[in-house]
Amino acid sequence: MTYKAIVIGASTGGFYALKRLITALPDGLDFPILVVQHISPNSDNFMAKYLNGISKLTVKEADEKEPILPGNVYIAPPNYHMLVEEDFTIGLSTEEKIRYARPSIDVLFESAVFAYGAQLIGIVLTGANNDGAHGLSAIKKAGGLTIAQLPSEAEADMMPQSAIDLAKPHHILPIDGIAKLLTELNTNQKK
Amino acid sequence: MNSGIDDTNQTINIEIDLILDAIFQKYGYDFRNYSRAHVKRRLLHRLSSSHFKSISQMQHEVLHDPMFFQEILKDLSINVTEMFRDPKFYLALRQEVIPLLKTYPFIKVWHAGCSTGEEVYSFAIVLKEEGLYDRVQIYATDFNRNVLETAKKGIYPINRIKEFTANYQQAGGKQSFSDYYMADYNSVIFDQSLKKNIVFAEHNLVTDSVFAEVNIIICRNVLIYFNRDLQNKVFSLFTESLINGGFLCLGSKETIQFSNNAPQYDILNPHEKLYKKRIV
Ligand SMILES: C[S@@+](CC[C@H](N)C(=O)[O-])C[C@H]1O[C@@H](n2cnc3c(N)ncnc32)[C@H](O)[C@@H]1O
Repeated sequence: MTYKAIVIGASTGGFYALKRLITALPDGLDFPILVVQHISPNSDNFMAKYLNGISKLTVKEADEKEPILPGNVYIAPPNYHMLVEEDFTIGLSTEEKIRYARPSIDVLFESAVFAYGAQLIGIVLTGANNDGAHGLSAIKKAGGLTIAQLPSEAEADMMPQSAIDLAKPHHILPIDGIAKLLTELNTNQKK
Repeated sequence: MNSGIDDTNQTINIEIDLILDAIFQKYGYDFRNYSRAHVKRRLLHRLSSSHFKSISQMQHEVLHDPMFFQEILKDLSINVTEMFRDPKFYLALRQEVIPLLKTYPFIKVWHAGCSTGEEVYSFAIVLKEEGLYDRVQIYATDFNRNVLETAKKGIYPINRIKEFTANYQQAGGKQSFSDYYMADYNSVIFDQSLKKNIVFAEHNLVTDSVFAEVNIIICRNVLIYFNRDLQNKVFSLFTESLINGGFLCLGSKETIQFSNNAPQYDILNPHEKLYKKRIV
């Protein structure tokens, strides 16, 4: 299986988890990464700028209609849902919060399934709610690869645990393990 | 290979094309160039909370039951809004646009896609505090009749006031926000004198044309739902409607940058998406 994209959802403790994961990834990544991190509606794009400065990948806050390109990391803007269009561009929406969240992890994951089908990798990281569980299970049903952060390692274990309970993901791993797996997949895919 | 999802998806996409065609032919509302991911999400959401088995079944219903069409219209027109949404935007309007508007003897304002009116009353308050209200004519339009009814009343649930007040203060509000409304048990009604110079009217950005020449257009969080072609079309409509030197104000994630009309504008504030039509 070759993969076309990675989607990641994170909430409480996510900033640190994402920092560890994204900085552990090599440059020249063969797929784009789309990230929903739950964040307060009026925050600026500090996280994208910061991660961009310290990682080998290009990290940016997503703009509406921008083409989704390999090697880039797109962070959902505060107060907008982020969707993947089937022509592989970014869609944004202000529809109501889903399970108290905007951006919502489920909204990103479910739209990514339509765009990428089975060629999608979904990852649920730390968080104190159950966003992402439905989305991860949609990815699994479509034949994509599913990963949850090891709950005992997560700063907040509820989100990865809910995802594990509902989606029964292929892998349950600490951040280091996730980074290693993604790096391997990337190397194999490039051969 | 897992072709199951791709096959289902192909069927859904055909069904969506067909239902949007049916809606356009029957009711004249054209969603064919709206963001597909958004339309699909909303239709599937409606489907999952209904007894229908497919979007095709919904299509049958929408053609035969105008009430059901109203439900679909509600699904497809996201009406979520708030007063002084993005307070920094209103602060920028106050500091960078108002001083320039003050140079005109009479000012026409167009809120396009005003939803339930919160944005309109917010800007009306700014105009009042800046001493401009008595020289303005405000057009507030949306293509959804139901939201306009709410907008005309200017009555909102009281549980939203805390958020609105915080926004107002961050937006550079000069008074106490409670000066502008009266509260009862579960709702607040906004100062009726704010309405004096506002006309609420139905207008569809996709199918209707220019109706006035205006000094400023505020159109926020509407264009994100349109594809690039449709955005271009609407930007042309806006450019035609604006006087030379008029202002175009978009949502925080919207930009005119990629449109054919971009060369006709100067950027006043790149963060708050404030543009000024060139004088040529
Ligand atoms: C998310 S609301 C934005 C409300 C407000 N401007 C704000 O930013 O808070 C989008 C609005 O655009 C309206 N809309 C969508 N398509 C439209 C069209 N073709 N013509 C006019 N209004 C439209 C919807 O009915 C909805 O009220």
